[in-house]
Amino acid sequence: MTGLTDGFQDGYTIEFRAATYRLQSGLALISGLNLRIAGGETVILLGRSGSGKTTTLKLINRLLDPTEGDVLITGRSSRSWDVIQLRRGIGYVIQDAGLFPHWNVERNVGLVPRLERWPEDRIQARVREMLSLVGLPPEEFAQRRPSELSGGQRQRVGVARALAADPPILLMDEPFGAVDPITRADLQREFRALALRLRKTIVFVTHDVREALLLGTRIALLEQGRLIGVYAPAEFLKAKEPEIQAFAASLESGGAHEGVQ
Amino acid sequence: MNWYDFLLRNRNEVFERSLEHIGLVGASMAISLAIGLPLGIALVGRAKLQSWVIGAANVVQTIPSLALFGFLIPVPWIGGIGASTAIVALSLYALLPILRNTCTGIGEVDPAVVESARGMGMTPRQVLWQVQLPLAAPVLLAGIRVATAMSIGVTTIAAAIGAGGLGVFIFRGLAMVNNQIILAGAIPAAFLAIAADTGLGYFQRSSARR
Repeated sequence: MTGLTDGFQDGYTIEFRAATYRLQSGLALISGLNLRIAGGETVILLGRSGSGKTTTLKLINRLLDPTEGDVLITGRSSRSWDVIQLRRGIGYVIQDAGLFPHWNVERNVGLVPRLERWPEDRIQARVREMLSLVGLPPEEFAQRRPSELSGGQRQRVGVARALAADPPILLMDEPFGAVDPITRADLQREFRALALRLRKTIVFVTHDVREALLLGTRIALLEQGRLIGVYAPAEFLKAKEPEIQAFAASLESGGAHEGVQ
Repeated sequence: MNWYDFLLRNRNEVFERSLEHIGLVGASMAISLAIGLPLGIALVGRAKLQSWVIGAANVVQTIPSLALFGFLIPVPWIGGIGASTAIVALSLYALLPILRNTCTGIGEVDPAVVESARGMGMTPRQVLWQVQLPLAAPVLLAGIRVATAMSIGVTTIAAAIGAGGLGVFIFRGLAMVNNQIILAGAIPAAFLAIAADTGLGYFQRSSARR
């Protein structure tokens, strides 16, 4: 569909090269980030509030551009991409889904295919397929407004919308942060199965260690705009860094991160 | 003689003056919208400039209408006696509610929704037309509603500078110390204001339901 799919196989899908994002005041929200993300991985950006997770994510779909360094998407500097084309090849799910409240579910999910001018019958078929994929029967949900959905259902629609144009990359910014713990556990379990099946490159922001351990193929720990390290889930809790110890402690205290921004 | 006897006997002139009145309001609202909407949209996200422009519109609003009409008469091009001067003044009055509600309406759209629209690859134009404006529509229409109702009232004063409209009866009545003639202008004007307010209120509610 877009140029993104073409460069998908060779090398890394996303690569940060000494990427820094600085506010005009000079404060760096993320500094000197080096990180390579291979095709098909689910990389978790883990950190507390203000650690630069969301900034990192926005550097990928160019909601922000690095002030120093570079971000490569399929080997090409993100700045050399046409920003609209790049974004249409990257699914984006944010907390509480960011659905358009004045559009029904069908129109929300069909957003990117419609922007890409797919034929209408193909859009309809794709929307039904996506809704079924996220466990929402289309005949029951397609005509509903976001206000007529529960938090968990909205989040599912958000995922369906992000996947609709079959983008090779999926960015998720605390997608399950605004739902109750039981719904969240459901969503996490289903999303894990979905991620294994779809083999997308997924970058997933969270502050919840359980979620990170459950969903990530690798976990990148951020602290105050710096990357502390990248770990496989199995080795994460064994690592000796004090930052990780703090997160491990939060895991033992049980749900200390539940729903907290 | 009752005011409605006067109305009936002079129904042709009342009708004509009402049309004039509607014409003045319509023309000034059209100008105000043509300036206020794009300007308001352009000011979104520019907080400092926005407060300056709205401040200026606010100052215009504080000028008594009779004085504003008077001030404009000697101004070249737009001034003089007649309808065009009145339309300029009326447009200036309607600008504030339209401008303010455009800025507020678009500014109050959930930033998460706008960000996800941009993040999904909508162009700025698509974000504006498909997301921001539809979601701001109820607030926008509220501004237009206030501006129209106010405009219908202020237009009665435009008769003082020879612009016509229902104010002609009011000024004639004042000069003749005849309440019936005043009412023959004031009551149709009030009726117009109520009709416009009801009609636009219906639009506003139906836009909020969407």
